[in-house]
Amino acid sequence: MKQSRLGSWIALIIGTLYFVVPLAGTFEFSLRMRSGEYSFDAYRSVFSDSAFQDSFVFSTLMALATIVIGVLLVVPTAYWVQLRLRKLRPLIEFVTLLPLVIPAIVIVFGYLRLYNSSSFLPMTSEIWSTNLLLAFSYVTLALPYMYRAVDTGLRAIDVRTLTEAAENLGAGWATILFRVILPNVRTAILSGAFLTFAIVIGEFTMASLLNRPAFGPYLQLVGANRAYEPSALAVMAFVLTWACMGLINVFGRAKQIKHAP
Amino acid sequence: MVQTAWAWVGVAPFLVFALMFLILPTLYLVVGGFQDPDGNFTLQNIFDLFTPSIMSAYWISIKVSGASALVGAVIGFGLAYAVVLGGLPAWIRPTLMTFSGVASNFAGLPLAFAFLATLGRTGLVTVLLVKFFDFNIYATGFNLLSFCGLTLTYLYFQIPLMVLILTPALDGLKREWREASEILGASKLQYWLHVAFPILWPSVLGCTLLLFANAFGAIATAYALTGSSLNIITILLYAQIRGDVLHNPNLGYALALGMIFITGLTNGAYIWLRGRSERWLR
Repeated sequence: MKQSRLGSWIALIIGTLYFVVPLAGTFEFSLRMRSGEYSFDAYRSVFSDSAFQDSFVFSTLMALATIVIGVLLVVPTAYWVQLRLRKLRPLIEFVTLLPLVIPAIVIVFGYLRLYNSSSFLPMTSEIWSTNLLLAFSYVTLALPYMYRAVDTGLRAIDVRTLTEAAENLGAGWATILFRVILPNVRTAILSGAFLTFAIVIGEFTMASLLNRPAFGPYLQLVGANRAYEPSALAVMAFVLTWACMGLINVFGRAKQIKHAP
Repeated sequence: MVQTAWAWVGVAPFLVFALMFLILPTLYLVVGGFQDPDGNFTLQNIFDLFTPSIMSAYWISIKVSGASALVGAVIGFGLAYAVVLGGLPAWIRPTLMTFSGVASNFAGLPLAFAFLATLGRTGLVTVLLVKFFDFNIYATGFNLLSFCGLTLTYLYFQIPLMVLILTPALDGLKREWREASEILGASKLQYWLHVAFPILWPSVLGCTLLLFANAFGAIATAYALTGSSLNIITILLYAQIRGDVLHNPNLGYALALGMIFITGLTNGAYIWLRGRSERWLR
């Protein structure tokens, strides 16, 4: 027994090293910009770059748009399937899993052929509609995670009883959806939202091929042209991912505590 | 009947969205892969995929995805086993799970930057190895901008992903099975060979396939790490979309079709295996 525990520790130590060493390496590298001493110059340089601010704001707005569209699309659908169309669940689940099967680059390739400026729906000919197309592409990327999160949330509550109770009290469908169902799956939506944010914020393929000034293409540009700024950006991206995952945990736990007694 | 028709209206927005922004764009490429420039049916594009330059791109992608999936699965299994059944202190498991959640999402360009800063020519680990062990990894022919380097980098999100998706399966191994086999006089090896492994293998293999598909569609990390020096299939497709490097749009569609074919096959096998594993692990 003693021996097997030793093996576990060894596995854990190797795993931890694999996880920590690149982070330490990146952090150390990001401090090297001033020769001879460590400094935060690389971070200063990144923050003072207006392209950084612009692209980060753009991607943040994109992420928010993606979350709003995603929630509006997924919550009513998952609710309706749960309530009325149970036999449709396998089909809907299959569709939500498709983005894991079809690589992102293939999806955006299809967009460029189907919605280019000479097509029946020229979405890429105007900036606003290209942005919308980008947001839609992100919704598809986030679909597997968003749907899973919301569906799990809906299964945990009694959708039918809640709906009937609300109907008996005279609520319309909008009231049911927004004031009864939505608040009950808030935790699930939030965790889906943070995961979506983590996926969207640094996304490269879609934004680059649709030619939008997002954070991902900016990262690529900096990576190709600068020495120390990329590692500073990597450290920041890591902190951001960490924050998103941490928030998911915090909200998940808050829900558990509320339901415990 | 009217009721059912109304019920469909509720899912109509979702189905329309999926059709327009997921299914039709993909279908367009699939159909285009079987057409010549004039729109006539042809299999020429599919045959043209079997030219050396395109085949090598597919092959490198398959090798990198396969290697990172296999190694990731082995190490991930070790880690998952260690926290679930290895008798480690209880606080380690939630910590590892959170770490894994973060690391499996830490992909794309920042991951490439991190590995360049660590194992690049002036990276921390490279420098420290020279300083303390007088060992230059680049003198051994190692190069981060290569098959090995890319595989090593992909492992950073593959291992934690394996931990995340395999842990539930390991949780499903019931204590009673182990106790029963011990009472019946089975050795530890026999327990693993005849009880645990037959139950676990569909999950382990299925998760490995998922890891493969996960790496196969990735582009940003490879693009930032190797530029276009390592010609994996996603980078070739990226170049084709940007500038028709193959000088044949329909061949580009076929390229995408080949990718869908491989990820489709992988996911199909995964779903089949998951069906098998769920029989035991409930």
